[in-house]
Amino acid sequence: MNDSQQASPTPIVTLEKVDKYFGSLHVLQDIDLEIAAGEVVVIVGASGSGKSTLIRCVNGLEEFQSGRIVVDGNELTPHGKGGKSLQTIRTEVGMVFQQFNLFPHLSVHANVTLAPEKVRGLDNAKAREIADRLLERVGISDQADKYPGQLSGGQQQRVALARALAMEPRLMLFDEPTSALDPEMIGEVLDAMRELANEGMTMMIVTHEMGFAREVADRVIFVHDGHIVEQGTPQEVFDHPQNERTQSFLSRVLKH
Amino acid sequence: MDVTFQFDWQAAIASIPHLLTGIPWTLLISFGGLAIGFLIGIVFGLLRISPLRLLRWPATVYIEIFRGTPVLVQVLFIFYGLPQLLGGPINAVVAGIAAIALNAGAYISEIVRGGVQSIEKGQREAGLSLGLSRTDTFRYIIWPQALRRMIPALGNQGIVSIKDTSLFSVIGVGELVRQGQVYIATTFTALEVYLMVAMLYLVITLSLSFALRLLERKGLVGQ
Repeated sequence: MNDSQQASPTPIVTLEKVDKYFGSLHVLQDIDLEIAAGEVVVIVGASGSGKSTLIRCVNGLEEFQSGRIVVDGNELTPHGKGGKSLQTIRTEVGMVFQQFNLFPHLSVHANVTLAPEKVRGLDNAKAREIADRLLERVGISDQADKYPGQLSGGQQQRVALARALAMEPRLMLFDEPTSALDPEMIGEVLDAMRELANEGMTMMIVTHEMGFAREVADRVIFVHDGHIVEQGTPQEVFDHPQNERTQSFLSRVLKH
Repeated sequence: MDVTFQFDWQAAIASIPHLLTGIPWTLLISFGGLAIGFLIGIVFGLLRISPLRLLRWPATVYIEIFRGTPVLVQVLFIFYGLPQLLGGPINAVVAGIAAIALNAGAYISEIVRGGVQSIEKGQREAGLSLGLSRTDTFRYIIWPQALRRMIPALGNQGIVSIKDTSLFSVIGVGELVRQGQVYIATTFTALEVYLMVAMLYLVITLSLSFALRLLERKGLVGQ
């Protein structure tokens, strides 16, 4: 997957000429993008560049105004018209949010079993089995009966990861998963994500963790003012950026 | 002036058995009206935040009318006014329950709206992103959290509505105040009896406050 410029013949995600506006603000401009199965793509850019909006369009949390998005054969069309395919896409695409968005009224365990039970129709025993396995994997099994508010930020984000994985997604979206964390908790979340990447999960990650991006990304995409300005391997983008926007962005974020 | 007034404890206590006969009516009208009002509040509160304007405005009209007019006028309208339209009398208890239901329903609609709108946008997004339908996202994620936040305001409304039933003595419902008036008419012990009436209201409202506080504390465990 290192030669990432060359997308595989059947991409799992395709964006074609996607345009998105917030009122008069043109946040995504004519975006074309293909993601291959198993690929780890890290999207970087300044805040307000449109990088979060880009991944939020993939699972239909944001509508777009023109173009089309295809996820694993299911098509999303402009203005939120997706109907059944939108629902299918959401069951196949997991998402981890900056603010975790765990359900505070449910135990950690119930956070993870809710969707498998209500969406996949699994019985409670089967759902619990899945939850136990995933919570073990992210290192939270001893906290399963607690409520989200009783956990640290890092623990909460790992539960959120387990919750998304419980639906056995084909693609995972990460929207700044470590930006709301205290510095000492960032590592544990990145470790869990790294492990997932090593297992071959297809991932689209918006992050400011450049070291992590360099290490796990097959491809780095730099977004500026709603455009994909530059993309390539981490070495290409980080070490030899061609575009001056990319150069100035990197000189600002890599300095520290 | 040689007015040596003595509070007659014996008279006060003697009135209690008679006053107690009003309590079932007070409770029936309050809780019957509140139960129906809660259902009305859920429906109209949710209509009020519907994306469809056609659903929003009837809810707004209902809420403004019943929040903006006195419950006494509402019950008089129902009990004396509606029979002219219907061509037959309306039972006073039914009129009382209807007035509480409609009046509390308007306030509870706003409580429901506020409760649902107070839930962070991310909760809905998390539910949808897991593949839950919009209905299931509401049912399993938004509503349980909103309901918890609504408890204090619902408790307030409950207490207000319980006290509002005292107005229904004017249409002859045999509730607590009415029983007091009847008793005083023969004993002339207004001071004693109204004090007892007030205390009985306090017993009801304090019990409700206490029950809600328990419920709230229990509900907070998950937060």
